Amino acid sequence: MADQLELLKIIEKNARLTPEEIAVMMGASAEEVKAEIAALTEQKIILGYTTEINWEKTYPEKVTALIEVRITPVRNMGFDHLANILSQYDKVKDCYLMSGGFDLMLTYEDDNLKNIASFVYEKVATLEGVLSTATHFILKTYKANGIRFEMEQSDDRQAIVL
Amino acid sequence: MSIDYEDKISSVVQSVPPSAIRKFFDLAAEMKGVISLSIGEPDFVTPYEIREAGINSLIDGYTHYSPNAGYTESKKAIASYISRRYGVDYDPNGQILITVGGSEGIDLAARALINPGDEVIIVEPCFVAYKAAVMFAHGVPVVVETTQENDFKLKAEDLEAAITPKTKMMIIGFPSNPTGAVMTMDDLKDIADVLRRHPDIIVVSDELYCELNYITDEPSSLIRFDDLRDRVIMVNGFSKSYAMTGWRIGYLTGPKELIGPMTKIHQYCIMCAPSVSQVAIVKAALEGDDSVAEMRAEYDHRRKVVMQGFKDAGLECFTPYGAFYAFPSIKEFGISSEEFCERFLMEKKVAIVPGNAFGKCGEGHFRLSYAASMENIKTAMERLKEFTDVLRKEKR
Repeated sequence: MADQLELLKIIEKNARLTPEEIAVMMGASAEEVKAEIAALTEQKIILGYTTEINWEKTYPEKVTALIEVRITPVRNMGFDHLANILSQYDKVKDCYLMSGGFDLMLTYEDDNLKNIASFVYEKVATLEGVLSTATHFILKTYKANGIRFEMEQSDDRQAIVL
Repeated sequence: MSIDYEDKISSVVQSVPPSAIRKFFDLAAEMKGVISLSIGEPDFVTPYEIREAGINSLIDGYTHYSPNAGYTESKKAIASYISRRYGVDYDPNGQILITVGGSEGIDLAARALINPGDEVIIVEPCFVAYKAAVMFAHGVPVVVETTQENDFKLKAEDLEAAITPKTKMMIIGFPSNPTGAVMTMDDLKDIADVLRRHPDIIVVSDELYCELNYITDEPSSLIRFDDLRDRVIMVNGFSKSYAMTGWRIGYLTGPKELIGPMTKIHQYCIMCAPSVSQVAIVKAALEGDDSVAEMRAEYDHRRKVVMQGFKDAGLECFTPYGAFYAFPSIKEFGISSEEFCERFLMEKKVAIVPGNAFGKCGEGHFRLSYAASMENIKTAMERLKEFTDVLRKEKR
């Protein structure tokens, strides 16, 4: 049986590895790896696969905002009710319940600033239970999901070291 | 009038040959676009928290000499690390000496102990510095060979057979550069028995790769035998385990009576190890376990990919359980290690190291270092398969 945690760590770093490649790295069989991935997907532990893209290089118009939302919890549902509603929007990429000075943190992506502004004051601010919002725009990405965007380290080691 | 420089160089220095594979070195260094699996140092940059400790030491003004044996804080951190990992306690005050990398440690041990003509047992194939250190100290290296059939482990009877009344010391290095072999505590029991029969022999145990062990979390070492510890000098350091090669920092442990004389040489030759590095290793020794575990896991994945690559290429290789090397056999091709590596470099642009660089019994093998990116390793293994296919066709 393939080790679950090890498997997850491997594909978290690189989702494009084939089951055969993963099997070699883990010392398991490809069938075991396939079965484990299927099981993890079934259990909704693996939820999907995405690609890390440096949009700044190809599509600089794209704007990303972090939106802090303060809300009043709803009886029996706490913060889940509003969080579920806000998560429905496709352009909301992340939605977290936070400790500290506000309650929900959204990551929101759109083509231009105005669209984000109208999302905030038309959609978010008008929801019943929302007390206030604060919107921060991302100016530059240095690192996302563990990947550094700008700094590349070249291998400058000696050709042979005994 | 021209000076006869050769006449000026000491005969001992002259007697140590430059690396057996100088020509191959130059060739590899000159070629462009080569995938190098010939590098005996981690490809990882030192974990940031450790680098940060070094940076902060400069901000805090650690720009002076430290005490000869090292800062007390640093020696205490090392003692705490050894206690945690090996379950062995050394007194930071007198039983630990901080050196400029593991290499200085080997040199100090050789110079402090060897009298001209003393025999020193060396277990080959091995790191190239052992023999040279012995010769520079006017000792006589006595080689004990290990073989693929025995997983490149030292066999008790081979050790026994090499011991003479002149034997002063033995140098062993496991996990091994270049083979990747590991001696488990069980394996070491037999060696310990031999040493018990010869109570005058001092052991220098190079354990630079002790953290890079893929079968057991427990470091195997002769220092863990209570009755032998008093004659074991452990050479250890941070270069390989913590990816700190450029910091030039290592250490020696042993009885005060041996560490003292080695400190004397260190004091006159080196003064002290770099202060910045000494501060940085406090962080490494006390809080570096997670970083090491992460790198070890990554090496282990690559190790398995490399072994599969050998299998796909039809190359025979014993399973290495330590360091970041594999040492497969190329004997089936009937050509020398050097010819194999030179042709592989020229035809497939992959650099590996001929096995004879690490001793005569390394002939018929090459050392592959998987301290390289997974991408490069995979490409290199594909090219290895193509290359061995060509060699087999030629042979027919």
